[in-house]
Order: sequence, then C-alpha cells, then structure tokens
Amino acid sequence: MRQIYLKTIVGKKNYGYFCDGQHNLGCLFNSIKEIMGQLVLLGAEAIAQGALDAGMSGIYAYPGTPSTEITEYVQRNKYARDNGIRSSWSANEKTALESALGMSYAGKKSMVCMKHVGLNVAADGFLNSAITGAGGGFIVTVADDPSMHSSQNEQDSRFYADFALLPVFEPSSQQEAYDMVFSAFTLSEKFGIPVMMRITTRLSHSRASITTLSPRSQNALKLPEDPRQFVLLPSIARKRYKMLLGIQNQLITESDKSGYNSFEPGTDHSLGIIACGIACNYVKENFPGGLPYPMLKICQYPAPEELIRKMAVECKTILVLEEGYPLLESKLKGLLNNTNLTIKGRLDGTLPRDGELTPDIVGLALGCKVALGPDIPEFLANRPPSMCKGCGHIDTFLALKEAISEFGGDRTFSDIGCYTLAALPPLDAVNSCVDMGASITMAKGAADAGLIPAVAFIGDSTFTHSGMTGLLDAINEDSPITVIISDNETTGMTGGQTSAAFGKLEGICRGLGVPEEHLKIITPLKKNQEPNVDVISRELKHPGISVIISRRECIQTAIKRKKEEKSRKTEP
Amino acid sequence: MKTDIILAGVGGQGILTIAAVIGFASLHEKLFIKQSEVHGMSQRGGAVQSHLRISSDPVSSDLIPLGRASLILSVEPMEALRYLPYLSKDGWVITSVVPFVNISDYPDMTMIENSIIKIANHILLDAEKVAKECGSPKSSNIVMLGAASGHVDLSFEALRKGVEMVFGRKGQDMVDANLRALDAGKTFSR
Ligand SMILES: Cc1ncc(C[n+]2csc(CCOP(=O)(O)OP(=O)(O)O)c2C)c(N)n1
Repeated sequence: MRQIYLKTIVGKKNYGYFCDGQHNLGCLFNSIKEIMGQLVLLGAEAIAQGALDAGMSGIYAYPGTPSTEITEYVQRNKYARDNGIRSSWSANEKTALESALGMSYAGKKSMVCMKHVGLNVAADGFLNSAITGAGGGFIVTVADDPSMHSSQNEQDSRFYADFALLPVFEPSSQQEAYDMVFSAFTLSEKFGIPVMMRITTRLSHSRASITTLSPRSQNALKLPEDPRQFVLLPSIARKRYKMLLGIQNQLITESDKSGYNSFEPGTDHSLGIIACGIACNYVKENFPGGLPYPMLKICQYPAPEELIRKMAVECKTILVLEEGYPLLESKLKGLLNNTNLTIKGRLDGTLPRDGELTPDIVGLALGCKVALGPDIPEFLANRPPSMCKGCGHIDTFLALKEAISEFGGDRTFSDIGCYTLAALPPLDAVNSCVDMGASITMAKGAADAGLIPAVAFIGDSTFTHSGMTGLLDAINEDSPITVIISDNETTGMTGGQTSAAFGKLEGICRGLGVPEEHLKIITPLKKNQEPNVDVISRELKHPGISVIISRRECIQTAIKRKKEEKSRKTEP
Repeated sequence: MKTDIILAGVGGQGILTIAAVIGFASLHEKLFIKQSEVHGMSQRGGAVQSHLRISSDPVSSDLIPLGRASLILSVEPMEALRYLPYLSKDGWVITSVVPFVNISDYPDMTMIENSIIKIANHILLDAEKVAKECGSPKSSNIVMLGAASGHVDLSFEALRKGVEMVFGRKGQDMVDANLRALDAGKTFSR
C-alpha cells in the first residue's frame, strides 16, 4: 500500500515529455572556477571535463536528454576551442559513433555521446566496434533515463554492453564521472576495445564540486598495427571475436581489482547489499550512522565475480539495487550457481519493477521508515509542458487539421520533437510518436494498407536524423502520402542546437526525387491559414508522394538570436 | 550542519537562479553541496524543481528523501504544494502568492492559500509587489530568497556574496537591484 503511494507521489512530479534544454546556469556555475577556484559540475559536465583533461581529441554526438550537456560543455569550453577539439553535432547517433570510431582508428582518443534510445540507432556500429576493437581510447557514453522523464522508454544501456561483451563504467558521483573517463580511456587502450560510460538522469543533471587530475596529452596520429583489424570479413571477424571472448576473464579481473568496486564489511550478515552506480548513495542516505549490512558497490562491469562470491559466502540473502533493469539480479543465480541463496530486487517485488530508484524506494526495501510529509491536496493540477506561444508548429497543425477534416480518421503519423506535444489537447492532432523518422515510414506502410491519404509530420532535425531514407522508400514507390516537414530551423526540443538540415531541405528533397510540382514551401503564420490549408488540401488529394516544407524560425531561437545580436551591438 | 531545500516554480520564474545564489553562498562558507535540477520544461511552462542539499559533511544522495526537506521555497503558490510530501515535520513553506496561470484547470486561490496556511511554519508574500516597491520589479525570485534567508542556514552576508557572484557579470546595476530585492524580502519576513 505504502509503496504504491510512494510510487504515485514520486510519479506525480514527472510530466516529462521529451523535454530538455535550458541550462544557462551551466555557464554560471562553470565560472565558479575563475571566482573560487572550484569546479561545480553536473554529472554530464564532469564527464566532458574529464574527457578534456584525459586528452580526448574529439567528441561526436546527436543531442538527447540527459546526454546533451556533455557535448555542449565541450562546445563552449575555451581550452577545447583553442586546441581544436572537434565537437560539432552529428546528423544522428550512428554517424556520430562511426566518426568517433574513425578517430580511434587513427590513434586518437575519442568519445561519442547519446541518450539511451540513441544507442538503438547506433547499435550496429556499436556491436561491431566490439569486434573491430579500438585504436586510440574510445568511449561510448550513454545517458539512460529511468522513469522516462523525457524519453519514449527506459531501456538500460548496460544490456547493450553486456551483449557486446564490453566493459562499463557507471559512476556513483560527479567525482567518479570525472575520474572514470581517465580510467575508461586507459582500459580502452590497454585492451584495444571500446568502453561504455553509463549515467542516468539524476547524476547527469545534478551538480557537485569536482577535484581535477593532472591533464594528459592528446595522442599522436597512429594507424593500427594490423591493417586488417577493422576489416570485418567473416574470416577476420571470427578471429577478432575469439580475441574478444579471450579477454573476458581479464576484464572480470580488472573489475575485481577496480577501485570503483568495493566491498564494505558489515556486522549484520542477515542481508548483503549489492548496489550499482548511484544506488549506493541511496543506501548510505538511509543509514547516516553507518550501515550494519555488508555492501558491495559495483560501478565497473563486467560484474566483479570474486567480490560477488565473497558476498554470497557471507550472506544468504542478497538485495540487488540497480538504477535500471534487473541486469545483475537476473545474472546472479547463474553466476553463483547456488540455489540456497535468496536474491531480492526488482524481480521478486522488493523493489518496483520499473522507474528510477530514489532514497525512499531503497529505504523501504531496506526496512527503513519513510517520514512522509503532508499529502498533496487533491485539487492540485498538473502543469504539462506545452508548445510555446507563437510557435510555428501550432500554425502548421491548425492548417493541417482544417485541411484533413474532409478525410476524417486518425491518419497523422508524427515523430519526436516539440511538435509531439500536439498529441495533447487542445490540438489533439497526431496519432503516433515511436522513434526518430518513423512518421514517414509508418505513413507509407499505412498507405500501403489502404489508409489514403496518410500524413507524416516531422521536424527538420528529425528528418535529417532518420527521415531521409524513409522518404526515399516512399518516393521510389510514389506512395500516396503527404510529408510535412515542420522546419523551425533548429533542434528545438533539446534546447535549440544547430540542425544538420539547416538550409538543405529543398535540396535534399529534390535530390531524393520529390517531383518539383509536389514540393511546396509554406510559412506557418495565422494570416496564411487560408492559403496554407489550400496547399495542404491539394497535396492530400494528390495520389502520390508530396512534401510540404512549413518553415518559420523557432521563437525561442529567434529570441536568443535577437538578444545576442543586441548585446553584440552594445559591446564596444 | 545539514539543510535540504526544495526549490519550486514554473519554467522561466528563475528558481535555478535562486539555486545558483545559494550554491555560491554555500561554497563561500566552505560547505558541501549537491544540487539536482529538472531541466527542460523551463521554456514550456512546465513545473520546475530543484533539490538543493547543503552540508558540512559530504552529501550522498542527489535527491532529498521524502519528509526531510527543511524548506520548500516556491515562487508560485500551487507549485509549493506539489512537493509537500518532502517537507519535514518542522519544515517551512515559503512561497509567493502570485499565481502563474497557464493551464485551464488552475485551482481556486483560496483553496491553495488555505492549504498553505495549514502548514505550521509558513510565510506567504506577494513577491511581485515587494519587488516593485523596492525598485527591482524583475527580481521576485530574489525577494523570495530574501524572505527565506532566515531558514537556509547560511549567513546573510554569504547570500549577498552569492548575489554578487551570480549577477556580477551582468553589471553593477543588476547586482544592486538584486541586493535590494534580497533585503526587501528579508525585511518582509522579519
Ligand atoms: C534516437 C533519438 N535521439 C535523440 C532523441 C532526443 N530528441 C527528442 S526530440 C529531439 C529534437 C527534434 O528536433 P526537430 O525534429 O527539429 O523538432 P523540434 O523539437 O525542433 O520541433 C531530439 C534530439 C530521441 N528521442 N531519439
């Protein structure tokens, strides 16, 4: 009962909706260093600073909460700019990962960053990079979002690393996030493999003071000793895969010896705790006077088997605390090969099966009392995020709604971006949001099934991320779909990063083969409602492919740009 | 010493600026801090909150446990109520009474005020009015911080230093306006 209540209140504050963005305070806190000689950094920023200090030559990324701040930190960092550290945005996570791998091939230290679902997009490159191995240190940083504060799902990236047979560092503090980048580059170069850094929303978006290490230099250009290392022809891939399998035991030994994994003895052996990543903070929070139970803190994987066996010898009941899916929990029985053990965690209901951990959820699992404050009054209203007043997406939707009304039915496939908020009232205008680019391909499939016309509604950045290839499919079959690219000339949802599509949309559409007479450009403004409805109506009736680019600058970007222009004018 | 503060408001109301001032002030007093924030809704009129933990010892959890916050400092009355389960038994709710109405089902103000008054330790103030009266109409958020200054376990001098650090790069006028707001808030709650 109480647990359910806890979950609902804890859940009540989350209306996340693919939001991200404004962290103008980042710059402010970053300036503390100049003022007070201290660095106070978000977990995400600590990784970025760690990478710069550890001699990284380039960072590659596509924005996505809660990973965006890593790359943005490097982009505004003076040392990075002065030293030519490569940091601009990539078109998507796959291109980012492959570029970072290329930099590693050339012997330099590189990092690729993404949110968890971005790793799905980059998964082919990621899994195969485990077989090619790395040259210069190569870190794949993935920020997971348990509780889905701003995501479509809460997948746990550690599974990908486990699947790829690669090590993972999962920091429990901002300081570890910083330090681990050094360790990850070292481990990557020692074994010649990619290494994953995994963080979750809470650490990524929480600040604390950091002590820095003495900087390391960048690597010189250096080609692989074996010129075929990266050629995954079956005969070579088989050998490389055996090599990867061959180092697994050494990687486990690395974890057992790692300073990030530690066994803290306890006096009460009725329970042993295995806490991964930030979960160990929540345990400590509940026992300010010291923990009676033995605790194994795990922040480096593959799981440290020696330490886990030690725990199983000391305690017959083990509680596993993981910020994410029950990865270790489900492996534990097999790993220990001991049926006399009781394993508690997310699978047996000791902890909720979904959602992020909190100090309270962990406290309850440990039998601690939760000192709930007063109830939230019943009348409290939610305050869901909405599209900004004056946003061009709104005018585009209003025109689409009017034009589509004669066909009726739910036939608007949308995508991921600010415009997804049109799924909520008052617009109620979209019927899908699945993964980046899916609007065009789902509309095509639905049209193939007979839902004609079908509409795809996609943003400019999402279009160049993953929409272009689907459009090519639709063009090749002249599918009866109308694709609306709502072009606000920025990557709005994640805070207004430059869009790879900027200035290129017409050229891309023409080049892919959209017929000139069905490539339309409109300006989404209230005063244009009538002509815009007209254009959309006509294209909806066209029994083949059409693309309508509806273009007006994001009003947030416009405000920012005008402010910057003004301050540039007033500066002497 | 250990103080856990929940900062609440709506995107754009400047709660992260309050967090920054307190953060600087704590560092000035050589304390440990952890400050977790919800990013993103700021431009979209969503609820925004920040957990701010200040302590003389290292802080473990980035999140404040339920029932442990000694202060809920809110720039918006309904948002103050959203985090009540985090409030400790003798904790304070200090909030502006100026509602930010960007939703159609915003509750009745008297119900909101009644719920706040039910909390033993509370301070309600019209931060906009106080900000205007002290000649710093844009500094309602810092007025609120001033009103809460007696409950954050930091010296007023440190908070003033924090204001100077946060607004310093925007010029002395901005620093002065916000110091006035800080003083006015403090005077109100005295
Ligand atoms: C694979 C993947 N990468 C990144 C994201 C994070 N993300 C959500 S919306 C968005 C921006 C979309 O930009 P755009 O299509 O231009 O639309 P806008 O928000 O500007 O309206 C991003 C990067 C995601 N959800 N999935």
